[in-house]
Amino acid sequence: MTSPQPRIGVLRFPGACDDRDALWALSALDAEAVFVWHTETDLPDLDAVVLPGGFSYGDYLRCGAIARFAPAMEAVAAFAAEGGLVLGICNGFQILCEAGLLPGVLRQNESLSFVCRDVPLVVERIDTPFTSRCAEGERLTIPVKHGEGCWFADDALYDELETRRQIVLRYAEPVNGSRNDVAGVVNERGNVMGLMPHPEHAMDPLLGSADGALILSSLVDAARDCILAGV
Amino acid sequence: MKATVLVRPKRGILDPQGQAVESSLRQLGFAVGEARVGRVVDLEVESDDPAGARAEVERMCEQLLANPLIESYEIELAETPGD
Repeated sequence: MTSPQPRIGVLRFPGACDDRDALWALSALDAEAVFVWHTETDLPDLDAVVLPGGFSYGDYLRCGAIARFAPAMEAVAAFAAEGGLVLGICNGFQILCEAGLLPGVLRQNESLSFVCRDVPLVVERIDTPFTSRCAEGERLTIPVKHGEGCWFADDALYDELETRRQIVLRYAEPVNGSRNDVAGVVNERGNVMGLMPHPEHAMDPLLGSADGALILSSLVDAARDCILAGV
Repeated sequence: MKATVLVRPKRGILDPQGQAVESSLRQLGFAVGEARVGRVVDLEVESDDPAGARAEVERMCEQLLANPLIESYEIELAETPGD
């Protein structure tokens, strides 16, 4: 018996720019990747959803603040509430935070400069659907490209997240002023994750690194497991 | 009725934009203390009842105009001339 091919939706907002890369990367990892337009009120039959990077709605007001009210986001919230796998990359992370599906908020980089370079990351947790192919404490190299990647949580929230082990990825060096160098977090249930680095841009050693494939293939594995478990 | 919403970075929250403005003002020779940069949203609310209008604008702030994790807001209401 061949293993089933998971179906992963890539949400498209006006102003998204990494949607094609995300679709390509997931397809290269043997998922059936399909676009979902932001005005859709229902999601097709999916095993996971990816919110790609970009500048949805021009990042007006605050990045992600307008996109979170897109009709498709209600469907994504319902999907997540049922335990569905959701991964937000860069702008997708910002949208998930604004939507309250992930803790904290992404603010303007402390330097006020746009950061665009490969960054070293440390994997803090491997028992998530997004990092199962990584090793505990493994260092990854994945590019970032953002002006608003400074993740913030107040003391009380940060302490709670530490206690519940919701910090999944940290920068191994200062990148944007993020609190405690946080680069990626999961929700309490562990089925929704957001990260500022772009795994879909780190898929081939020829382009600098293939470490992004570890994150995305973990997601593809987990989505496949959902099919096998009959979820 | 016109409403003006002032959105500010919360006290204690680092404001790099404010810091950049502050240092530029100092370079220009102005003796300024701390500068903080926020946002102003001017709105027209279809309501003649100040209490109702304020409650409506408060809901707008909570849902969209401000992020309570990092921002505080203040609402000013003014009668539209001719109302």
